[in-house]
Amino acid sequence: MAKKENFVTVFIMGKGYQVPAEATIMGALEYAGYQIIRGAGCREGFCGACATVYRLPGDYKIYTGLACTTLVEKDMWLSQLPAIPAYKTIYDINKIEPNVAAVQKLYPEVFRCVACNSCTKACPQDLEVMDYIQAAKRGDIEAVMDLSFDCLCCGLCAIRCPAEIVQFNVSILAKRLYGKYLAPKSKELSNRIKEINDHSFDKEYKKLISTDKEELKKIYYKRDME
Amino acid sequence: MYPEYMHESIKKVTQTRNKRYELAKSGKPVFPPMSSDEREEVLNKFHPDYKLESKRKIHIGPNKGESITTEVAEMLESHSRINPKSFDLSKPDYETDILIIGGGGAGAAAAIIASQSGVKSIISTKLRFGDANSMMSQGGMQAAIKKIDSPPHHYLDAMGGGHFDNKPELVRAMTEKGPDVVKWLEELGVVWDKLDDGSFQALHGGGTSRKRMLSSRDYTGAIILRTLMDEVRNQPDKVNVLEFMPTVELLLDEQGKCAGGVLYNLETEEYFTVKAKATIITTGGYGRLHIRGYDTTNHYGATGDGLVIAYRAGGKLLYMDSVQYHPTGSVFPEQIAGFLITEKIRGAGGQPLNKDGELFVFPREPRDVESSAIIRECVERKNGIKTPSERVGIWLDSPLIEMLQGDGYINKQFPAMHRQFIRYGIDITKEPMLIYPSLHYQNGGIEINEKCESNIPGLYVAGEASGGVHGRNRLMGNSVLDYNVFGRIAGEYASTYTKSVKLNKLSLDHINSYEKELKAAGIRTDLISPVLLPSYTPEDVRKRPLTAKYEGTLR
Ligand SMILES: Cc1cc2nc3c(=O)[nH]c(=O)nc-3n(C[C@H](O)[C@H](O)[C@H](O)COP(=O)(O)OP(=O)(O)OC[C@H]3O[C@@H](n4cnc5c(N)ncnc54)[C@H](O)[C@@H]3O)c2cc1C
Ligand code: FES
Repeated sequence: MAKKENFVTVFIMGKGYQVPAEATIMGALEYAGYQIIRGAGCREGFCGACATVYRLPGDYKIYTGLACTTLVEKDMWLSQLPAIPAYKTIYDINKIEPNVAAVQKLYPEVFRCVACNSCTKACPQDLEVMDYIQAAKRGDIEAVMDLSFDCLCCGLCAIRCPAEIVQFNVSILAKRLYGKYLAPKSKELSNRIKEINDHSFDKEYKKLISTDKEELKKIYYKRDME
Repeated sequence: MYPEYMHESIKKVTQTRNKRYELAKSGKPVFPPMSSDEREEVLNKFHPDYKLESKRKIHIGPNKGESITTEVAEMLESHSRINPKSFDLSKPDYETDILIIGGGGAGAAAAIIASQSGVKSIISTKLRFGDANSMMSQGGMQAAIKKIDSPPHHYLDAMGGGHFDNKPELVRAMTEKGPDVVKWLEELGVVWDKLDDGSFQALHGGGTSRKRMLSSRDYTGAIILRTLMDEVRNQPDKVNVLEFMPTVELLLDEQGKCAGGVLYNLETEEYFTVKAKATIITTGGYGRLHIRGYDTTNHYGATGDGLVIAYRAGGKLLYMDSVQYHPTGSVFPEQIAGFLITEKIRGAGGQPLNKDGELFVFPREPRDVESSAIIRECVERKNGIKTPSERVGIWLDSPLIEMLQGDGYINKQFPAMHRQFIRYGIDITKEPMLIYPSLHYQNGGIEINEKCESNIPGLYVAGEASGGVHGRNRLMGNSVLDYNVFGRIAGEYASTYTKSVKLNKLSLDHINSYEKELKAAGIRTDLISPVLLPSYTPEDVRKRPLTAKYEGTLR
């Protein structure tokens, strides 16, 4: 094939293809003719289905990225990871508490963290992964929740971790513990639920439901706005 | 980075910003909202659904004779992937209480509720569990929990947004159960955006009369769905999740009750039968059909499969003539064309502006109206901005949000959006985004009642695959609520149903009858459905797979 303008060569699992220079890795795979089955979910950077590892010429480093949001580079050598083997502990959220004991019991390998920072370097979301694992060791559930909030569970941290920790499952545990036990509770919510259970809105609903379309339209266009 | 030629237009946006800020600050509407007549006019002239060729008559099946979206009609008038003769239905490969088709939000919620009443289920899902539109919602979920709000206010907003075509009993169920869903999710561990005193942060959305959009930063969908999935995975004895195993047809029994489905392993290409006492379709929407050639915000597996498998079995569809285009899909840079820019941006004060930096529409009209106004501004009034790849769009002024809500607000509230653009050298705290409507949501679907029952006994439907809740236009935040409310309802009623139903002999006869109907209607087609996955292989590659006959080891 003649070399086209604005095209670069990338090596998909070692085999060279010419693809548009501005393509994302996912776009490049499809341009080359791959029908993706594993390795694409949301295609917008939200689901973590598309973890990819790559190297660049003349550079010893291994890079990580999301195929759907990372742009190709000239002579990049890439491979998508079809799935990340990960370990999730089964637990009953009602029977644990938001403290270090939960972490110790469910994910004891967290305490093997050697603070090498490989996880942080691997994170395509630029999260401070090592910092949240350190926070988990201290039982600081809120910090784990906050630092790992934007985690996509792509698994790149887990695959790089020499301590074999599955960071993203620790993050999910901490978020659930925070949401359930530590987040301040809302009075207005429990009040509203009580009102509903007491059938306080039944009359108003009945009236609205029995109003004909034209009349309802009038009420709608006249309604007041906050 | 924006190309040089756009800088002048961006400068105009900056120049008008102070004046727009003052007006927004004053609390008055920043642009007059449209009247009923004005809405109708802009919809008629500019909404893609109102173009003649956007719809056609469907010739077979339960909705025969109705005018529906062309691409959906083509999908429905297609052949099945299977030949019923090849299946021995006397020995199903799996047996369970409930087959849940679709591992998104509605499916996960249904599985949790079923497991709590001791009922077993199998989740058949196309990609990984959670590869779903539910993972992607950013903006939030509506629920009427504030004092100055009420569930009936929410009801009225949803009815108006849906042009009063919504089924009232469904809207009541959704709005009245909203607050309980918020609590249920919090008890499962969802982290909501809250103020220090525990009260919820609530924002406006398009078409809301009260601030009731609750959120988890701009990862609302991911936070909720990952919580639900984690809970499902904590019930391995009750729920069996089969990934990369989409359902390609339903099974009925001889009396026409739904009795499970036929699953297809995408990797080994084997088929498996699942016999189930009840079946719940939660397959989500159809953005990847790229209706009218539009880019889409949807996930990779959103191909409307639930519609066709239900239709072949006699399931009735509702409002399949209406498609939702989200007003703000991104158009620049090219790599993220079609990606969603959450409506929460406008909820927080962001404004749509034309090339001269002027507002031309109230920023929070219902979606179909807002989208149509944007199309009008670009197509008729020629006030859009062209991108280097010949797309056209208008500005969405995000820096204004920082002025209105304080410095750092975008980074805290919109980390995903900020990340999306900074990768391409665009800092949305300082520069606006370029946007155009993008194919977003399947307004209609398989018709349900308030128990999530379809017209086929034993077949329940919940979430985006269902029809009736949102009429012909859904409001922001109502579909996250929808999949939670109705996912739970479907789980509950299907569970109860499994305790009394008796199934007869399994059958795939409906596939044969459907084929006959296709033939009788004189429909000649090579298409097969469900579509399962879109193909983005370029033309010149597609011309080369020239295998004469598929035999031997390699396909
Ligand atoms: C980018 C984006 C942002 C959004 N933001 C918001 C928001 O802020 N607020 C809001 O209220 N709504 C929002 N929505 C809409 C909302 O997220 C969805 O409508 C809702 O989550 C749908 O849930 P669901 O469970 O019905 O479908 P989904 O979550 O899409 O799940 C469907 C599942 O079924 C699977 N499936 C499909 N076909 C088959 C098959 N044949 N067999 C087996 N499995 C199959 C899919 O792979 C998927 O896993 C957004 C949507 C998108 C795309
Ligand atoms: S495909 Fe979802 S993050 Fe890339």
